[in-house]
Amino acid sequence: MRVTVDSERCVGAGQCVLNAPSVFDQDDDGVVVLLHEEPAAQDADAVHEAGDLCPSGSITVHED
Amino acid sequence: MTTSTGPTVVDFPLRTPEEPLPLSQYAGHRRQSGLVQSHLPNGVPIWLVTRHEDVRAVLTHPKISANPDNEGFPNVGETMGVPKQDQIPGWFVGLDSPEHDRFRKVLIPEFTVRRVRELRPAVERIVDERIDAMLAGGNTADLVNDFALPVPSLVISSLLGVPPADRDFFESRTRTLVAIRSSTDEQRATATRQLLRYINRLITIKDKWRGDDLISRLLSTGQLSHEELSGVLLLLLIAGHETTANNIGLGVVTLLSHPQWAGDERAVEELLRLHSVADMVALRVAVDDVEIAGQVIRKGEGIVPLLAAANHDTEVFGCPHAFDPERSERRHVAFGYGVHQCLGQNLVRVEMDVAYRKLFERIPTLELAVPLEELAFKYDGILFGLHELPVRW
Repeated sequence: MRVTVDSERCVGAGQCVLNAPSVFDQDDDGVVVLLHEEPAAQDADAVHEAGDLCPSGSITVHED
Repeated sequence: MTTSTGPTVVDFPLRTPEEPLPLSQYAGHRRQSGLVQSHLPNGVPIWLVTRHEDVRAVLTHPKISANPDNEGFPNVGETMGVPKQDQIPGWFVGLDSPEHDRFRKVLIPEFTVRRVRELRPAVERIVDERIDAMLAGGNTADLVNDFALPVPSLVISSLLGVPPADRDFFESRTRTLVAIRSSTDEQRATATRQLLRYINRLITIKDKWRGDDLISRLLSTGQLSHEELSGVLLLLLIAGHETTANNIGLGVVTLLSHPQWAGDERAVEELLRLHSVADMVALRVAVDDVEIAGQVIRKGEGIVPLLAAANHDTEVFGCPHAFDPERSERRHVAFGYGVHQCLGQNLVRVEMDVAYRKLFERIPTLELAVPLEELAFKYDGILFGLHELPVRW
């Protein structure tokens, strides 16, 4: 599993930080920061959920 | 317009004292194929969107606009005494990207998960003080007026950097805006003018003497004019006040039947979904021909996504009318979806969590002072909530 984020689209709702805090953070501007491009297997569910909950479609989860 | 193959036409969602949140009507609408057509109270035809998937599709569609200046934008009713909001510079919930994004980006740093966690002690202090005042006043209270309304107002005034000496003024004026039953249109218009004047004065003062508060930091970005900033601040105030108060009041009623969940963050998420206080807030209009759920929506046609309907969609939430904080599904749209999703949502979560936690911890004998059936729900405004909540201990 691989994750990419689009910081231009991010609206800073913070859903990703709430759901997968070990994978996502917000910088001082409130914009998404990706902590791990290839999250650990135990974070897979939370990462998928974060991707789905993101209101601006800024998170893409690749299953490659 | 109705033909054998055309869309189903229904009455505009009818809110009554018996069913202030018309979930049984919504359930019927969700079962129709495509979208359901209805008419606003003023006769203008609009589309009702009730399925979770379709509500999300509407709220993220690039050709569906939140700007009330667009031809055909649905106007569901009174704006609660606030001057016509689309005329206020900085009222960015009524702007589309990219104009909207300039305002949102300046504000995001103030509402990050981390920043909001730092605000928690201030929220706890405010909640404790309100509980102290209620306890000092005897063994009964109106939890809406004595607690649910003042808490978010005081949190916002603390966030903005309103000096403590002015907080009573600020709180009383914001309360007038909310009191659609007991205040007149004129009183609400006056309160709005007084608040705007106060906010403008505060901006001028903060511009000279910067402090550690939201207004000072926004001024330091240099991104907003004073006029835009005052519109933004009024928006934060109005968007964060009655909505939060309604969530606190309704949440307490539900938690009185499930007190073991007070203080558990999963309860907050479930109460947001269950009560969906902003059901009819996310109004839209098509600015091009678009297709949602197989239904073509023509340019200029109004769209009413119903957030409570989406949050009770059985395709997503099993037994949606039940309070079940252990449900694993978190995809509610109580805060909307898309770029306009509530900016203050993480602050609301903290306010709700602290309010429930402290109330049930400090007043363990809290109970309703009237039968449940006699509670006065709001069915005549835009938001779902309680007018009053008589309690005793």
